[in-house]
Order: sequence, then structure tokens, then C-alpha cells
Amino acid sequence: MFKLWATILKDIRILQRDKTGITLMFVMPIMLVIVVTNIQNSTFQLVSKNKLPILVCNNDTGQAGKQLIATVNKIGMFKVLQIAGNQNSKQMSVAMHGEDAMLGMVIPANFSAKVEAKSKNTAGKALKSFGLDADTLKQAVDIDPLTLYYSPVLQEPLRLSVEGAVRSSLQLVESRETLRSLYFSINEKPLPETLENEMLNNKTAINEIPVSREGARINPNATQHNVPAWTIFAMFFVIMSLGGSVVREKVSGSFIRLKTLPTNYVVAILSKQITYLGVTILQAVVIFSIGIWIFPLMDLPGLSLPADIPALLVLIVLTGWCAVSYAICVGVFSETQEQVNGFGAISIVILSAIGGLMVPSFAMQGFFKSATNFSPMHWSLQAFYTLFLEGGKLKDIFNNAVLLFIITILLQFLTFLGLKRKNLI
Amino acid sequence: MAVNNSLAIDIENMGFRYPGNSELFISGLNLQVQKGERFGLFGPNAAGKTTLISLMTGLLSVDEGHIRLFGREVGRRNNAVSKLFGFVPQDFSFYQELTPVENLEFFGAWSGLDKQTIRKRTDELLHILGLEEVRNKQVQKFSGGMKRRVNLAIGVFHKPQILFLDEPTVGVDVQTRYAIIKYLLELNKHGTTLIYTSHQLSEAEGLCEQVALIDDGKIIAHDDLDKLLKDYHQDSLEHLFLNLTGKGYRNDV
Repeated sequence: MFKLWATILKDIRILQRDKTGITLMFVMPIMLVIVVTNIQNSTFQLVSKNKLPILVCNNDTGQAGKQLIATVNKIGMFKVLQIAGNQNSKQMSVAMHGEDAMLGMVIPANFSAKVEAKSKNTAGKALKSFGLDADTLKQAVDIDPLTLYYSPVLQEPLRLSVEGAVRSSLQLVESRETLRSLYFSINEKPLPETLENEMLNNKTAINEIPVSREGARINPNATQHNVPAWTIFAMFFVIMSLGGSVVREKVSGSFIRLKTLPTNYVVAILSKQITYLGVTILQAVVIFSIGIWIFPLMDLPGLSLPADIPALLVLIVLTGWCAVSYAICVGVFSETQEQVNGFGAISIVILSAIGGLMVPSFAMQGFFKSATNFSPMHWSLQAFYTLFLEGGKLKDIFNNAVLLFIITILLQFLTFLGLKRKNLI
Repeated sequence: MAVNNSLAIDIENMGFRYPGNSELFISGLNLQVQKGERFGLFGPNAAGKTTLISLMTGLLSVDEGHIRLFGREVGRRNNAVSKLFGFVPQDFSFYQELTPVENLEFFGAWSGLDKQTIRKRTDELLHILGLEEVRNKQVQKFSGGMKRRVNLAIGVFHKPQILFLDEPTVGVDVQTRYAIIKYLLELNKHGTTLIYTSHQLSEAEGLCEQVALIDDGKIIAHDDLDKLLKDYHQDSLEHLFLNLTGKGYRNDV
């Protein structure tokens, strides 16, 4: 026991003096979690708070064009900036860059007249289908298309939601005209404003509820998503320090002396596991603390810890142990510091990418979606999300915890084989 | 088989081949070193000195025959044998990020010593080797001579009965060399058997009483130094060495 304690003390002392290792294990993940959460939070705010600037060139002189602009404005998603009419594509592009707008919309000339004609046509068809005589029935009317300009920087999901919002506004304008035409044809007087508002604006409410376990209400936000993800990344990134430490010890002169002393090298490996498991737990504590206390000071949503703290602790220890086992295994099989640094960094980035830390796994396709299931980081992330986003308990993360435990045991076994093969134990 | 406990080292018909080689590099080697002896092992590069020391310290395993330290068979991870000897390798075999005290604490624990003994021995050795003032400074900031003294301190920390020394004074100044040799002679006076190897033959002449010359994995001469010089009509160990191993270059691949 004294030998193990002395070895742990030695490893802690060496680690304390390894400034680069500490930077890689603590400073870099902290920077990453702050930067990525900020960026994702800004994207959320771009839609919910900041509003997307949209340049509108209205070539129409009637009411429908104005109503369309008013409806788009009312959605709350856009900041409408009107510019003079008759802009061609090039002029729209210049104007969008000038106004720093990512969207542009051109309403065609005679938009109102065509909407009115189309509405009358539709109303006439409807009346005829009721068996009524309708003198509004005419040839089909096509409205010239609206043109929507967008910056290529705008991501596909956001662009699609913009298109949906504009289409919904357009639908509302057309419906209003159709309703007015129908009412006028039947009653020979204009549709009363109160009735029009009731028919068009009295929409059924949508109640949004994040799905959670056992009724827990947790608000998903950039913090709840990013803090666990980058904590896992940080834990696995100990490979840069720990893998390097194993290799350094193997290639240094001290290793020859260690082999002549009456102590098994297993003690050295065990010491590294304990020391670096402590490091991974400390990483989680530091990053979670930043999420809880520092994020709100940076105008970011604060981290809400899950209700089941013991389950969180179990998950942190299992993830940390898995990360440490992986680092030691790579260190044992590597011959040089360069090998462990190169393979370590690349493998962690790949494992985190296919594990869904960088891109959500539900957004992946085909092979990569299947590959996700083979990344220990994915098992850990799913378990963290179950606790942080769904209010899950230990039983809910059991399957992922077991997978993490199994891969850890396999890595330990591989390490044992590597040490045996190299005559180190 | 009778075991002679007055022998610090007893090598009997020992054979060794490097992994992947079918031929033995060392074959039928016999060598005895008496308890308390100051024994020098010399030879050109690639002659087999380091291999022989690695075999005696259990870093390599014999393929044939036996190596015994005080009657105990040397083998990989034989803890009883490991406690008998200390090893001062040519490379700095300690953690440069640690202080001398921290290094001694760690290696002391791995040598099987208890906390109290470690503390006492640390103070004693740092005083003897003139490292008291820098006891809490990181070794990586030390000069080559100071690092050599730390290397030696770790090797002798658990008071071994046999001390293997591989070029213990390489790259040090005259003062440090003098101090190290003086300390080694002092250890020997108290019963420690010294197994010394070096290319600095003038230094070896002052330290070793028994000498073996090794070349191509074979002991080509082994006797009392004065007797060897007399037998081969040489006036120094260096001349004896050149006379027996030749003057041509040796390529160590």
C-alpha cells in the first residue's frame, strides 16, 4: 500500500509540473465549452431574440403586398427592412451585403391584383361546387412567384424554416382574399373586420413540452447540451498527458531502474489509473462549476444539474475510468511520444465526431449513424443527456453504463496483454 | 548442488542469445566474484559488458546455465534477489521533474523500505553526496555532476550488498569524480561488492582490484589487476586492454 501511495504521490508531483499537460486537460476543454456554448447560444438567440434581418423590395402597389409585409413582420422571426422597388438580382445582392442582411424578398408587380383575381377564381369554384351561380368563375390565374434571396452562410434547417414562415404568411394573405371574395359573393357586402380577424387570427395554440422522464421539466438549451459533451471530450483528452506519461516512463532511463527493483510494474499502472481518474473527476467538477456559476455571468444559460446526483457521479467515474484505460492502453502499445500524441489526438477527435459530440448523432446518415453506436463517447453522451435533458435516473442510464464498464474491462485486458508481451509485468 | 555463499556472483556455464537470433551471443561463460570484491568489467563497444550486467541484474534472462547472487538464482522479477543489489545505470535513471528528496522517497518505497528508513537514509545520503542545499530543487535544473550524484544516491539507497555501476562518472568534473570514487571505496570498506564497468581505465585502475576483459561475449582475461599487468608485461590497464582487444575500430550496431 505504501508503494502504491508513493507512486501516486510521484505521479501527482510530475503532473503538477507538467504545464502543457494541465493546459491540454483543463484550459483547452474549458475554452472549448465556453466558445461552443456561446456560438450555439447565439444561433438560438439569432432566431428567438436578435431576429433575422430581411430586405423586402415591394414592386406591388396594392394592399396584398403591404399585408404580406405586415404578416412577415408579425411572425417575430424577422427584422423587415424595406427598400425601393424594381431591384434586379445583382442590386438585391449589393443591398443585402450593404445592410448585412442574410435574407431578401422581392414581391412581384401586380401581386395584389393577381392575388385578388386568384382568390375570386377560387371563391367562384367553391360557390359552383355548392350549386350556386357564380359569375366570378374565370380562367386559372397564376401569381408571379415571390423571390427569396438568402446568404449561403445560412444553414439549411434555418433556411427551410424561413421559407416555411414566408409561405405561411403568403397563405394567410391569399386566404384572407379568398374569404373576402366568398363573403362578398354570398352577402354582397364586405366581410366585417371582426369576423375576418376571428376567422384568420384566432388560431389554435401549440403547447410545446420537452419530452422528459417521469415528468421532469428541464429546459434544453446550449448549456445543457454542450457542458456534458465537452466534459466527455476533456476526460478522453487526458490521453495527451497520460499516454505520454506512460511512454515517457517506458523510454526514460528510470524505467530500467524500475525493472530492477522489487516492485511489480502493475503498481505503476495502477497509480496512473488512480491519479488520472482523479484528474477526470476534477475536470468534470471544474467544467460543471463553470456551467453553473460562470455561464450566467457571461449571459449564457446556467447549467442545471440533474436530480439524480449519485447517478451523475457513477457516470462521471465510469466515463473517467474508460478514458484513463484507453489512454494507458494506447500508451502501452506506443513506442514514442509522437505516436501517442498523433494517434491519441486523432482517435479522440474521430471518436468524439462519430460519438455525436460535434454533430448530433440523429443528424448523421447511413454508415456514420451506425458507427455512432460503437463510440464509448456516444454511450457516455447518451447517458449524460438522459440525466441532464430528460431528468433520468440511474436505472435509465444502466445500459450505457454497462457498455462503458465492458469496454473499460476490455481495454484493461488489452493493456495487460501489452505489458505481458513487452515483458513489463 | 552446493552453493558457495562467499561468492557475491556466481556465473556457471551461462549462455544467452538475443531474441530472434538462433546463435548464442554468450556461450558457456563462467565467472565468480568474491563477496566484498571491487570487480571491474571492461571491453570494447558491443563486447557484451552491458548484456552481461543486464543478465546479472535480471533485466535479461539467461538461455543456458545459471547466474546466482549470494547463492540465489537471478530471474526476472525475483524480489529476493532484487533487494540484494543496487544498480547505477549510465543513463540518468530517475525523474528529472522531481527533486532529489522526491526521487529518493519514490525509489526508496519501490525498494521496499519503510517511511522512517527512507527519511533517515535520504538525509544521510544527501549529506554524504553534497546535495543538501538542493534537496528541494527539481533535478532537471542540476549540472551533469549533480545528476550523477543523484543517480548514485538512488542506486545505493537501500544499502545493497552488490552495487552494479555502469560508467558512474561519465561526463563529470574532477571534483565530482574524486568524491564519487571516494564514496564507492568507503562503501566497499563496509562490505559492499562493487561491479564496475567504464571506458575510463585510469579511473578503474584506482578502484578495481579484480579485472575481467570481455570481447565478443567471451571473458578473455580475468584475474587480479596487478597479476594481469605482470603476466602480460603491461604497465597500465589501458595498454593491457589494447593488447588483448586490438587497436582497430569497433562498430557498435
